[in-house]
Amino acid sequence: MRKFSRLSRFNVASLALGLAFLYLPILILVIYSFNASRLVTVWGGWSLRWYHEFFADRAMIEASWMSLRVAVSSATLATVLGTLAAVALSRAERFRGRTLFSGMLYAPLVMPEVITGLSLLLLFVALNAERGFWTVTIAHTTLTMCFVAVVVQSRLGSLDRSLEEAAMDLGCAPVRAFVLVTLPLIAPAIVAGWMLAFTLSLDDLVIASFTTGPGSATLPIRIYSEVRLGVKPEINAICTLVIALIAVVIVIASLASKLSSSQGESAAPL
Amino acid sequence: MTDESPRTGAAANAAGDAYPGASEPLLRIEGVAKTFGTFRAVDGVSLDIKAGEFFALLGPSGCGKTTLLRMLAGFEAPDEGRILLGGKDIAQALPHERPINMMFQNYALFPHLSVRDNIAFGLKRAGMSRADIVPRVAEMVALVKLEGLEKRKPDQLSGGQRQRVALARALARRPQLLLLDEPLAALDKKLRENTQVELMELQRRLGMTFIVVTHDQEEAMTMASRIGVMKSGKLAQVASPRELYEAPRSRWIAEFVGDINLFDAESKLRDGHRLVVGTRDAGTLVVAEPRQPLGDVKFSVAIRPEKIKLSRRGPASEAGRETAINALDGVIADICYLGGTTTYKVKLDAGGIVEASVANSARLDVDAYSLNQHVVAWFTPDDCVVLPS
Repeated sequence: MRKFSRLSRFNVASLALGLAFLYLPILILVIYSFNASRLVTVWGGWSLRWYHEFFADRAMIEASWMSLRVAVSSATLATVLGTLAAVALSRAERFRGRTLFSGMLYAPLVMPEVITGLSLLLLFVALNAERGFWTVTIAHTTLTMCFVAVVVQSRLGSLDRSLEEAAMDLGCAPVRAFVLVTLPLIAPAIVAGWMLAFTLSLDDLVIASFTTGPGSATLPIRIYSEVRLGVKPEINAICTLVIALIAVVIVIASLASKLSSSQGESAAPL
Repeated sequence: MTDESPRTGAAANAAGDAYPGASEPLLRIEGVAKTFGTFRAVDGVSLDIKAGEFFALLGPSGCGKTTLLRMLAGFEAPDEGRILLGGKDIAQALPHERPINMMFQNYALFPHLSVRDNIAFGLKRAGMSRADIVPRVAEMVALVKLEGLEKRKPDQLSGGQRQRVALARALARRPQLLLLDEPLAALDKKLRENTQVELMELQRRLGMTFIVVTHDQEEAMTMASRIGVMKSGKLAQVASPRELYEAPRSRWIAEFVGDINLFDAESKLRDGHRLVVGTRDAGTLVVAEPRQPLGDVKFSVAIRPEKIKLSRRGPASEAGRETAINALDGVIADICYLGGTTTYKVKLDAGGIVEASVANSARLDVDAYSLNQHVVAWFTPDDCVVLPS
């Protein structure tokens, strides 16, 4: 492990440059969300005015609520489905077409979102499904479950198969052995997968705009349509709140995996 | 140890109820076979194991011994044959339905549970009440000498301690049969030797039936009362350690268990109870006639290195001269000092090389032979084993 004192001047400079590249735009956005001025690019002193404005904006609040509901339900669905897929893939080692199945599971990772969105839209139209909350939730589930599967499968792969056998040997039926031994050991990965799915769903614009219907816009859709008419300072306030929410989620996730790793398991990669 | 006696009594009673015929084996394996793809891992194994036995399955890696053990535990189902435990066929029963427990090679301790919870895991699944579990866990902890470590997690234990937890966990349910898969493979040599003795002592004290799988022939010989040697999915020989070593059934077993000198026979002649055998590498040897008639098959003469005596001018005493009919001249070609013994490689005048293991019974090297020294290697006809090749 290298110590910070070992960092050379060059390393410090390149690190600072990299971090600035990543975070300067976000920092400016956060600062300008507290801007008192109506003009986005002119500093007019500190104020919470735009936060008040946001909480008074019913359409924005509704879009935020819609986004949160979609994120929570699609992340939960994706976690269940993704975990099951990961278990099936890592356990049933010799079933026919395993390679094809795992390839198909991971394809959405690299599939352009426009294609995913369009194909889902065609499906929903063909099924004559009313577009709204559920169609967006299902679309986000298909997008995020492969991410969950990847995270959970990597944890399962590092897990010793004989642990479950030991549980069966000591009197557990196979399902019980999974619940009592495997599940607690892969729990950090499942939590991490859920968080990943949640944040992916929260910031998705493309798939949501394909699959949503009138009157049920998610927050990114709402923001995007507002920005087309010119950036309002209120948008900065909303984005700052979203950043804060995601930061909290990430801190909780890393704390959870740190806690479990201090209990003797290798933590799931976050 | 007074607290042990009621339990052994109870175990004996239970065994008595289950098996009215005392000669009935606890475990009967009948023609069991298992195929993976086209590979026949276990190929028609039949074996009886009596209650209270310490049995070792010995063989090189890939011989099918672990597969056989996993079929006893229930992790693999045999394709053919029956596995009878106390007269009941359990071949297709699931692992949790069998009164058998297993100690895994890598111990398979649950990393998220403490030592105490690891040991209590099987007891909770058996539906024991808390009031019964607490004293049983304490008893198991004392049995494997882990007092004071109950609250630790497995990764806070040393290798030897983990091995003890695994043993306690497997013993806690008081199985009718305990399976041990390479139980000592992960320990260093000194600890392994101590643990071998402790395992034997434990097995004798609990009166339990142990089946251990190992590739280490010394380990099998030390611990087991009977050894089954496996080769390519078949049982090659089942015998006591002494019988296995002194009367191996085939050339392969003789070479697998311990070191041995082998001379291919070229001709044979009967002389009373003895055979006069002509060999290419060691000249003419006189050997005891084997119990089974040889017939016309090709065979070898085998002698263990420690049965061969060395001297400068052949056997010294009169008695020695009479029995030591086989005396081979040669020169010392290689010396390997091992502390307790020294192994000499003797290049025989007849052409072959014979290995002799000599105990270093004196501290000073007055008895030792030096390189290129002329010696006589001698042994009696009874020290030789005739093995069909």
